[in-house]
Amino acid sequence: MALPSLEHFSYKDYDTFYEPSDDTYLLLDALDADRRFLADTVQPSVCLEIGPGSGAITTALATLLAEERGFSLMLAVDINASAATATAATAAANSVTLPVEVVQGDLANALERGLSGRVDVLVFNPPYVPTPPEEVGTQDIAAAWAGGRRGREVIDRVLPQAAALLSNKGVFYLVVVQENRPQEIMSVMKGLGLSGQTACTRRAKNELLSILKFTKAPP
Amino acid sequence: MRLLTHNVLRCAIKGVEEGYPLSIEASEVQMEESPFRPDFVKHIAPTLNWPALRQAVKQVGLPEDMLPEAVSDALLGDEAFLRALHRVLMDVHVVAGALVCPESGRRFPIAHGIPDMMIAEGECPRDDK
Ligand SMILES: C[S@@+](CC[C@H](N)C(=O)[O-])C[C@H]1O[C@@H](n2cnc3c(N)ncnc32)[C@H](O)[C@@H]1O
Repeated sequence: MALPSLEHFSYKDYDTFYEPSDDTYLLLDALDADRRFLADTVQPSVCLEIGPGSGAITTALATLLAEERGFSLMLAVDINASAATATAATAAANSVTLPVEVVQGDLANALERGLSGRVDVLVFNPPYVPTPPEEVGTQDIAAAWAGGRRGREVIDRVLPQAAALLSNKGVFYLVVVQENRPQEIMSVMKGLGLSGQTACTRRAKNELLSILKFTKAPP
Repeated sequence: MRLLTHNVLRCAIKGVEEGYPLSIEASEVQMEESPFRPDFVKHIAPTLNWPALRQAVKQVGLPEDMLPEAVSDALLGDEAFLRALHRVLMDVHVVAGALVCPESGRRFPIAHGIPDMMIAEGECPRDDK
């Protein structure tokens, strides 16, 4: 899927929020590969992206749904104030017709109860790079990659939230790298009642990227 | 921030039980008409916290009687009602102001339509452990 227009940014802006990269493109391709599933089966009315950064994914997903005559609330929450502003700007610059709502916050903390069981499409390209733990938890550009031990510190906090947020027909797309131990993440999610699969995998520079896709396991 | 979003936000700081509904202190509100999507509104209506929505309507300066005291199945078939609800949920934008927690008084600023729900490290519930 094509990247939305980001011409409203200058290269300097990417000092303050994440510039779309191989992980972003892989996630876009995974969503586009699921176009029929999303438009015909899930038919979302509430989508949530955690960590939208530039807003490229939220805008691309909104555009995809609009092309398929869908209509959904598009929520996006980022810990970084510059990313939150950028996400709103990208939606506006691409004339997104679906309602895009941006919040600055830490994961879904402020939304989890209000949206419990109501999110149909949840998307997160998290900070997945293994780093010293003290680098985790900033609100600046470092929040785009600093994942702490095994790159799992932010991911591990989102897993129970994802399980609580997803609607019965909901789907959760999560970007991971090999160092995050994808199989272990899938087994944690299994314990939370979600079944996972690897939607796609790609080697990019020094990273082995995958998109994990979770749905509610049939009871 | 649309009122639909306000309806799901809460204050998640340590020691707060519900932290909901957040009071809206609006210093700038914009109305922007958007295409009416009856199916969406019908689908969303039963999931809304109605008292919180009615309080929000009042706090952004809209007429209190814009919404009835409760939703019913009959109303969901009433186009005038669905249009009013669409307007409330989708067309009202709180551009600047603050959200205030009813329990703790904690304020969350709204600027350029984006509420800042970040809490300081010492306010996080998980710091209790
Ligand atoms: C790898 S970047 C992805 C950006 C964008 N979605 C993309 O694919 O290009 C990770 C994003 O997550 C955000 N983030 C990191 N920790 C977060 C947290 N605890 N809560 C919300 N957002 C967070 C970062 O600010 C950054 O925008």
